[in-house]
Amino acid sequence: MQAASVDIRKVNKFYGPFHALKDIDLAIQPGKVTCLIGPSGSGKSTLLRCINFLEEYDSGEIRIDGEMIGYDAPGRRMPGRKLRGMRRAIGMVFQQFNLWPHMTARENVAEGLIRVRGMSRAEAGERAAEALEKVGLGDKMANHPSRLSGGQQQRVAIARAIAMEPRVMLFDEPTSALDPELVGEVLNVMKALATEGMTMVVVTHEMGFAAHVADQVAFMEKGELVGVDSPARILHEPEDARIQAFLRTYHERNSF
Amino acid sequence: MFSIPVFLDSFYPLFLAARYTLLISVLGIALGLVIGTLICAARLSPYGPLRRFAAVWVSFLRGVPLLVQLLVFFYTLPVIGIDVPAIVAAVVTVGICASAYISEIWRGAIAALPRGQTEAAIAIGMGPRDVWTRVILPQAFTMSLPALINELILLVKASSLVSVVGIMEVTRASQAQAATTFRPLEVYIAAACIYLLINLCLAALGRYLEHRTAV
Ligand SMILES: Nc1ncnc2c1ncn2[C@@H]1O[C@H](COP(=O)(O)OP(=O)(O)OP(=O)(O)O)[C@@H](O)[C@H]1O
Ligand SMILES: [Mg+2]
Repeated sequence: MQAASVDIRKVNKFYGPFHALKDIDLAIQPGKVTCLIGPSGSGKSTLLRCINFLEEYDSGEIRIDGEMIGYDAPGRRMPGRKLRGMRRAIGMVFQQFNLWPHMTARENVAEGLIRVRGMSRAEAGERAAEALEKVGLGDKMANHPSRLSGGQQQRVAIARAIAMEPRVMLFDEPTSALDPELVGEVLNVMKALATEGMTMVVVTHEMGFAAHVADQVAFMEKGELVGVDSPARILHEPEDARIQAFLRTYHERNSF
Repeated sequence: MFSIPVFLDSFYPLFLAARYTLLISVLGIALGLVIGTLICAARLSPYGPLRRFAAVWVSFLRGVPLLVQLLVFFYTLPVIGIDVPAIVAAVVTVGICASAYISEIWRGAIAALPRGQTEAAIAIGMGPRDVWTRVILPQAFTMSLPALINELILLVKASSLVSVVGIMEVTRASQAQAATTFRPLEVYIAAACIYLLINLCLAALGRYLEHRTAV
């Protein structure tokens, strides 16, 4: 078996007295898509945000390609410069897109290339254009985010992340803020990325995406990782009663 | 009777005096921007004593009327052996007073930025300097522009207070003019027109800038 791209071991996280992540163990293999599902407040976002250390974890280890993120040794924070170096290799896409409104689509994508990867303006502009072409927005490069639909904004956000050439991509409910008719265009871009072999961790409520694109599905509840398995095993023949209950409410809500 | 010729005649000396009004307001806001930015940085700093100093600075200056600040400052300087022209003392006082409001304007704008804006930058691997100069400050500045123009307009009006320390700005000049011509009504209406003219121009400038920076 290959070494995991993201290796999460015995991770715990507290918000004050509240135990948000409980002994999480999860391995994410290179080139595979992992979907994180579970009820609201179960800790999916928290876990995802620990992977690039936007949120600090209190104990355990998270390793990116073998290197622990956030800490040089258990309990000893790594220097900011080193952490930033590791974050370059981890792309993140947010539910609210978080594009910078004072920059055009192209500038949004080029900014990180210039500031973080030290590229010249011209080269960064080239790369940004390529990344935007790839998500189907070659004709919208000069638009500011306010002149783009939600689906287009989210695709710019994906372009911004992939232009940095990350080894892992994290998605936190990338389609939850979108009107239903715009969900498809974003999922299609994500599918294309998966087909190219991008390692992806996706928090989602899109069970269709989880069923068809994921290589493994992880179910979380109340800060615990209840089960990790193939999409078929988790979504169609779950053994755990908590997963069954979650899927039952999901199906009830989505049928009429 | 209201005399049109007297009214028109009083404009010339008041226009000359308006240079001081503008000088004090513009230099005052410039100084206020510099000090206000530093105070805001202090308020947001992770260093406790610095934060407390900035908080005291802001609440003191906002709690004491500008007129009283001017008088205190003006009469304190000679006592501690500093001998500067009245105009310098006036600009410094107005600037310090404005710094309190400007630092709050900045702070409000920065706090209003969604957290996701900086998170997106951090997730890409940007360091604090780039996050501030490329993501936070440009947006905070655009957001603050209306409030900053508003502050400048308030300063133009507040600059009338520096007449108490003997500077010939519009208000003081109109008092002098009224005393020599014995036509206070015409003179003060002329003064009101000048303040109004300046502030309408500033408001128009503000709308222009807002329009240009709008995305
Ligand atoms: N900054 C915080 N301070 C305190 N508690 C927090 C904080 N962030 C999250 N929590 C709590 O941690 C738990 C997990 O939150 P998290 O956002 O990870 O849930 P989630 O599974 O992503 O839910 P959702 O599907 O609603 O996004 C929640 O109970 C939440 O209230
Ligand atoms: Mg969440």
